[in-house]
Amino acid sequence: MPTFREWVSRFRFFRDRRSFSGEMREELQFHIESLAAELEDRGVSKDEALRRAHLEFGSSQLVQEDSREVWQFRWLEHLAMDLRVGFRMLWRNPGFSVLATLCLTLGIGANAAVFSWLEGILFRPYPAVAHQERLMALAGTARGEPGASALSWPDYLDLQKNCPLFDAFFVSKITGTSLSIGERAERAPGSIVSANYFEAIGVHPMLGRGFLPGEDVGSAAHPVVVISYQLWQRRFKGDPHIIGKTQRLNGVFHTIVGVAPEGFYGTFVGWAMQFWVPASMEELFEAGGYKLEDRSARWIEAYARLKTGVTAQQAQQEIAAVAGRLESDFPLSNRGRGVQLWPLWATPFNGAGTLLPMLSIVLVVVLCVLLTACANVGNLLLVRSFSRRQEMAVRAAIGAGRGRLLKQLLTEGLILSFAGTLGGLAVAHWCRHALILLFPARGGVSTYLPGDLDWRVLSVTAGVCVVATLVLGLFPALQASKVDLAPALKSEMSGVVGGHKKSRVRSGLVVLQVSLSFVLLVGMGLLIQSLRKIRTTDPGFSTHRVLNTAVDLTSAGYDIPKAKAFQDELLDRVAGLPGVESAAFARATPLGYGSYSSSRIAVDGYNVPPEEEPTVQYNEVGPAYFATTGIPLVSGREFLRSDDEAGAPVAIVNETMAAQFWKGKDPIGERVQVKGRWMSIVGVAKDAKYESMREVPIPFFYVARRQNFTIDGGLNIRTPLSPQVMAKALAQEIQSLDSNLALYEVITLQEQVDRSTSSQKVAVTLLTALGTLALLLAAVGLYGVMSYAVSQSTRELGLRMALGARAADLLRLVLLRGMVLTASGLLGGVVAALLLTRLLGTYLYHVSPRDPLAFATALGVMLATALIACLLPAWRAMRTDPMQALRDE
Amino acid sequence: MAYSETSQLLPGTLFLLILKSLVRGPLHGYAIAKQIKNASANGLEIQEGSLYPALNRMLVKGWVRAEWGISENNRKARFYRLTAEGRKQLHSESREFEKLVKSIQLVMRTV
Repeated sequence: MPTFREWVSRFRFFRDRRSFSGEMREELQFHIESLAAELEDRGVSKDEALRRAHLEFGSSQLVQEDSREVWQFRWLEHLAMDLRVGFRMLWRNPGFSVLATLCLTLGIGANAAVFSWLEGILFRPYPAVAHQERLMALAGTARGEPGASALSWPDYLDLQKNCPLFDAFFVSKITGTSLSIGERAERAPGSIVSANYFEAIGVHPMLGRGFLPGEDVGSAAHPVVVISYQLWQRRFKGDPHIIGKTQRLNGVFHTIVGVAPEGFYGTFVGWAMQFWVPASMEELFEAGGYKLEDRSARWIEAYARLKTGVTAQQAQQEIAAVAGRLESDFPLSNRGRGVQLWPLWATPFNGAGTLLPMLSIVLVVVLCVLLTACANVGNLLLVRSFSRRQEMAVRAAIGAGRGRLLKQLLTEGLILSFAGTLGGLAVAHWCRHALILLFPARGGVSTYLPGDLDWRVLSVTAGVCVVATLVLGLFPALQASKVDLAPALKSEMSGVVGGHKKSRVRSGLVVLQVSLSFVLLVGMGLLIQSLRKIRTTDPGFSTHRVLNTAVDLTSAGYDIPKAKAFQDELLDRVAGLPGVESAAFARATPLGYGSYSSSRIAVDGYNVPPEEEPTVQYNEVGPAYFATTGIPLVSGREFLRSDDEAGAPVAIVNETMAAQFWKGKDPIGERVQVKGRWMSIVGVAKDAKYESMREVPIPFFYVARRQNFTIDGGLNIRTPLSPQVMAKALAQEIQSLDSNLALYEVITLQEQVDRSTSSQKVAVTLLTALGTLALLLAAVGLYGVMSYAVSQSTRELGLRMALGARAADLLRLVLLRGMVLTASGLLGGVVAALLLTRLLGTYLYHVSPRDPLAFATALGVMLATALIACLLPAWRAMRTDPMQALRDE
Repeated sequence: MAYSETSQLLPGTLFLLILKSLVRGPLHGYAIAKQIKNASANGLEIQEGSLYPALNRMLVKGWVRAEWGISENNRKARFYRLTAEGRKQLHSESREFEKLVKSIQLVMRTV
């Protein structure tokens, strides 16, 4: 083991290597001359003495080399040499080099991109936030209920007070508001935060201030807001005097006290937050009124940062101890309640939870793609190593050890994988923000899913590069270690049919590629089928010819009477527009952004089983809602204008609810109690999809909007006109009614359905892209192997032809061999796919993971691709000129 | 390759011999070879092909320092001087060597 001192002297040598060579030569010259002088003293003539001295001394060159070697980093020298030789080899075969690098670029690039997503979305999700490595999500647990629940504000305060192992606790609860600035309204996501928020995450507003201690205390006591840089630029045109101005949020004027710095997007995976309000304003943004002093109101989502050196386990113990004390101190509100820390990547209350399964699937897939790419390059290298057998034999003959040969081959692998890694990182850099492109825009609401190419991603990618190198170098190395001098000089011929022994590795690689591609193709097929099933599932309402939009009345400060009057007037005007068949307001839109109201209900004659509190969701809808949205009524009638404040309370239930509570009896005329008020049922509607296209039928009912009025609501319009045309007409009507009002985006209900299934579509898009890539790589691999086999067996082919084989026979011969390889790959692929497709889990909708159609399609695609890949070599085999082929030998 | 020619020497003794020959003062390469040859009554001949790589290895290890000087016949020559490190090395190596020789002698006598 060289000591430090040795390294120093070696580096000094390296620095002075020029003068060292000179000194060395001089020193040896002195030695030779001294030898000669001694001989001369014994009476030998001068010339003869010098000759004999030289002879005795031997090769001065060799002594110099050996001496120099002592100083040098031998491996470094060898590496430099190997690199030089490697580059020369690659330069001499540009086709091979480009193909190999391209394969690796795609393989490594796909991996690096997914790594960057994992890093940017799951592991370091919050740009500009300090010490994310010690940050953990904090959520409640309830005994007997799996998963996480929210926390109450008093519990949160107690945790903060009693847990010394933590640096900081802070609350960040997602909320949203309508922002009307100018004549444009849009949903904007924001956070309700504790007053210490900006301090705790180490983010300092670029203008103004964060929140002051105490601004999270009291009921609606501090109407202040910090806005995002993005919002400031986009909607306030970067107004430098923004601080101190007011903006209406949910109907209340908030003073803008700060602008967050550029590049800070809040602390919620999936959304770019646009504003932050202190917890004291919670009742304005949250249902359920003032909750800061209510221990049983669980609504907050929080984070905690561990002190340096504290393990997650210690932290969890402390948290659990405090939670236990709270449970015994406040049994009424806290019985059975615990508190749990979660790593950021498993945060239960934000996009991390939903993206984790998809990203894991994608990770497995890209590793498959990388494996395919490596197999391809390995094959190419292997094929080349056959043509370099003589070179290797010569090297071995002149004394290169097996180790040196191996090193040379590994170096070539290293050059390739390094080039591939560089290319791959470029690909990853471009794809960094690609994930977000797959999610549709949502009318101003900003999704934010960043990739992050930091040193961790780079080092993992470097690791992939090293592994790829080893794998790549391995194939030819296996071959090289078998180099025997004698047989290498004879030319060996492999047969097309026989499958020469040495072609086994190559064939094995192709079989592996075919298997992997087949698995990906099956997965792709399953996902595409699921998506089609989801999208073609009848949502229960018309998706075409129905438009949906909304007018932001809350922000404009409308009260209930004013809102009622406005909506009536608008409805009349819209109904009068050319091309409009009908129009209706409803509080919530199916599959939309907002949530439905829900209430405990009581039903005449329905005996509630003990421990069950029937809670059912409902929507507040206006007259003609069913006609407009196309939800069919099974019996009874639709809401009418007369179902207003003065009329008797009425409700319409869906079929599932009718079946559940009235058990086959016609519910029309029966009564249901909602929020303490009895309503009589006037109609039964067909089931529809309410929150998700994938949901199973749920009980649901509708109440008359006029009898349960809330200011905000979506406007549904049945019309054949396009959203753009309708948007223009609507904007005019609204402007003429009140120029302060802002209109939301106008979209079709089909668009609404598409947006709600976007994550499914993302999975399909990703898997399709990667599956196609793998298929392409497999095709290249198959083509390569078959071309090589054909080129190496010209003599055999020529002989067969000379013996009377027809061109068609040769074609069949080559195709058969290709198909045998493909078939073996397919066999492995089917087995693997049967085992692996279950991983798709929740991404499959009404499709079995062993769906025969998906398997059959993948089989067909794979066979067709293989056939095409083999056709060209087969055609070449067909054109073998027997005379030429036999003469060559 | 540098060691194959020293095979007539016990392994590791080349360093020891060079170190020993430098104890009385700095010498150049030719003088080192000559001194070892003379001291051993022509019994040991150090090949140049091993001497210079060995000297360089000792330079790397810091046992000797090289400096240019004037030889007895007024020629510019490279002299090697023992460093403190080299002296220490010499002590430990000669102890080791003596132990080895004694052990071998014991074996030769008794077995």
